[in-house]
Amino acid sequence: MNQLSIDVRNVSKIFKGFTAVNNISFSVKKGEIFAFLGPNGAGKSTTIKMLTTLLSPTKGEILVNGFNTQNQKNEVRKSFGIVFQDPSIDDQLTANENMRIHAALYNVPKEMVKVRIEELLKFVDLYDKRNELVKTFSGGMRRRLEIARGLLHTPAVLFLDEPTSGLDPQTRNSMWEYIEAINKENNMTIFFTTHYLEEAEKNAQKIAIIDHGKIIAQGTSKELEKQTKTKTLEEAFLKMTGKKIREDETGNEIAKLRMVMRHRQ
Amino acid sequence: MKAIYILWLRQVIRYFRTRSRIIGALGQPLLFLFALGYGLGPIFAKAGNGNYIEFLVPGVVAQSILFTSLFSGIDVIWDKQFGFLKETLAAPVSRLEIMLGRSLGGATVAVFQGIIVFLLSFLAGFKPKNWESIFIIFIMFLMALFFTSLGTAIASLLDDLQGFQLIMNFLVMPLFFLSGSLFPLNNAPYVLKIIASFDPLSFGVDAIRFLLTGTTQFGLPIDITVLSICTVVMVTMGAWLFSKIEI
Repeated sequence: MNQLSIDVRNVSKIFKGFTAVNNISFSVKKGEIFAFLGPNGAGKSTTIKMLTTLLSPTKGEILVNGFNTQNQKNEVRKSFGIVFQDPSIDDQLTANENMRIHAALYNVPKEMVKVRIEELLKFVDLYDKRNELVKTFSGGMRRRLEIARGLLHTPAVLFLDEPTSGLDPQTRNSMWEYIEAINKENNMTIFFTTHYLEEAEKNAQKIAIIDHGKIIAQGTSKELEKQTKTKTLEEAFLKMTGKKIREDETGNEIAKLRMVMRHRQ
Repeated sequence: MKAIYILWLRQVIRYFRTRSRIIGALGQPLLFLFALGYGLGPIFAKAGNGNYIEFLVPGVVAQSILFTSLFSGIDVIWDKQFGFLKETLAAPVSRLEIMLGRSLGGATVAVFQGIIVFLLSFLAGFKPKNWESIFIIFIMFLMALFFTSLGTAIASLLDDLQGFQLIMNFLVMPLFFLSGSLFPLNNAPYVLKIIASFDPLSFGVDAIRFLLTGTTQFGLPIDITVLSICTVVMVTMGAWLFSKIEI
């Protein structure tokens, strides 16, 4: 039995000469909560798009639940749920209609559709609002609906791309309660991206830090604290990105450019 | 199949839910019908061409189909910007199914819109000579599917609606004005005739006009052949470009 939910091997993504993701490797065990931490533009979204088959890697190989993201796309797609960073619900439809579209797209068995939708909408406290148009929903309600929708086809892995960005602290807190409950009850693997170090430390069992398309550190939060000997996000990143630039003599154009700019200042 | 159906249904639900859009899209065809119909009608009659309203109705029906279907194809851009497209692209369904579901939905909506304009034309005093409704709806649907796919093809190449005015002025308007919707092509200058015969809308208008009033420029068999070929080519092209979308 393959106990790895996600297995990324030497993956790079190059857009027209710009290396967005540079030779990354990591794996996520079944049932683990894994944080992908990095500043904006570090390559988090590109990675999550490759993991979810929306982009093909230029080099390397990705297995999700044992399926290859390039030549077993449909199997991969059936096996994960995703909550995108930007909303991806149709706000001219009701919560229930959005769920039903998802059920049809994922071919959820007919006899299960109604039960699952009711169960999940109750879980995210939206059952009373199921027949209201999503455009009347607040940001937090929309995000909750996306979580419920992402779980509808009972995936083995749930991807969350910056699940709490733009939410107030109360909503952020309750979002994590939902996510932890899903993880515990179903032993579901959770992969999330974030740029908050605290969020990664608090919720994830394992963290990978990505910057300029490279994974610069990975491990448990304790291991990372040891490595960086810092407590805040800013310090950690200054230290890590600084190290990276010195190492990166060739390669990444942007890194080079930044180096030049820094020397000028 | 389920995916095609549900995405078709989505387009139809959205259409019936936005009444302002339905009414808004009626404005222009009705304006053409009343202003041009009554304004140019007497001159048209004097020139010995008969009843202009009768001539014009197929043109404005075609126009409403052109506008509604092309823009429902271009809706892909909204879905790109507002995210719903990602939901479909990450689902275990092929891009072809997504494109077909959306396009069939867009085309269905455009046919509805065409039928509303057609029924309203009775208010302007239109009396069809023939009434082959099933066949007319088939022609309308072919046209609608062609233009929805064209819209999808365009939207697949664009990232935002910055180029909207460009599309409007250099594609949609010329398609309409150079199609023989507003004037008879048989007396038109040679160059205009040639241009019109490259405009798929010409054949749609001609077919509807024949079915409603009995007059035709190209003949029904040619109309249907040209429209069918254009539609198949455009659906293929739209599907291909849609499959290339990266987000």
